[in-house]
Amino acid sequence: MTLAEIKELIGCEVLVGDDGLAVEIRDVVASDGMSEILAFARARELMITGLTNIQSIRTADIAGVSAVLYCRGKVPDKRVLEFAREKRIPVLTTTKGMFEICGILYGKGLCGVS
Amino acid sequence: MTAVELLRESYEIQGRNFDKAGEISSEIKALLSGLGLDAAPTRRSVIVAFEAEMNVVMYARRGTLTLVLTDAAIGLEVRDEGPGIPDIETAMQEGFSTASDEMRELGFGFGMGLPNMKKNSDEFRIESEVGKGTSVFATIRLNAHA
Repeated sequence: MTLAEIKELIGCEVLVGDDGLAVEIRDVVASDGMSEILAFARARELMITGLTNIQSIRTADIAGVSAVLYCRGKVPDKRVLEFAREKRIPVLTTTKGMFEICGILYGKGLCGVS
Repeated sequence: MTAVELLRESYEIQGRNFDKAGEISSEIKALLSGLGLDAAPTRRSVIVAFEAEMNVVMYARRGTLTLVLTDAAIGLEVRDEGPGIPDIETAMQEGFSTASDEMRELGFGFGMGLPNMKKNSDEFRIESEVGKGTSVFATIRLNAHA
């Protein structure tokens, strides 16, 4: 499934990387714990988190995930978004909670990583 | 056969500087990626470096991260001046954490850092003295994860 399809399915606003939505997503990692994400993340993966500080984007970059989705309407500050732009990581936000997002994506055949 | 050292870089880590936390690991990622090494050992090394860097920032006054690249492996040595770890065996267990709420708010301190570092290393060793500091030695082989 592409990131563009996920955006439509979940109802997301794109904060960074409008031009990067064609990326194919196979797996999902969802956590507010950055070490959990580092432990299980892989390429072609969507990272879902409620943590909006700069460490969330730093973790996404180090882990090499394809995109970051902030849940429950959270929007990071400008500096964090600028950092994501610099690292070329698409960033989305949605009003839906983490559980609901995961449920929808799981139902569409996306997998978790463990 | 003795490994040939190709590169050695040292970085100073400032304790408690959460704003800059992770910058050194990003620099190492750029450095290793620029050398055209395989993606897997590079990624594993950068995860180890990042977890180690975060630990120093969270717990220690200061620390030094040294990256040593040979023709066989990526080595990381992280030495800090901090509180030390009284019981390394317990600290290595997933889920064990002594982190403060402030650290958890940053997304760290869930008891995954040290196990994560070990998991991503081919050789991993911790030395620690309570009241003085902790040193972590990690080796990631270049040919082990092709």
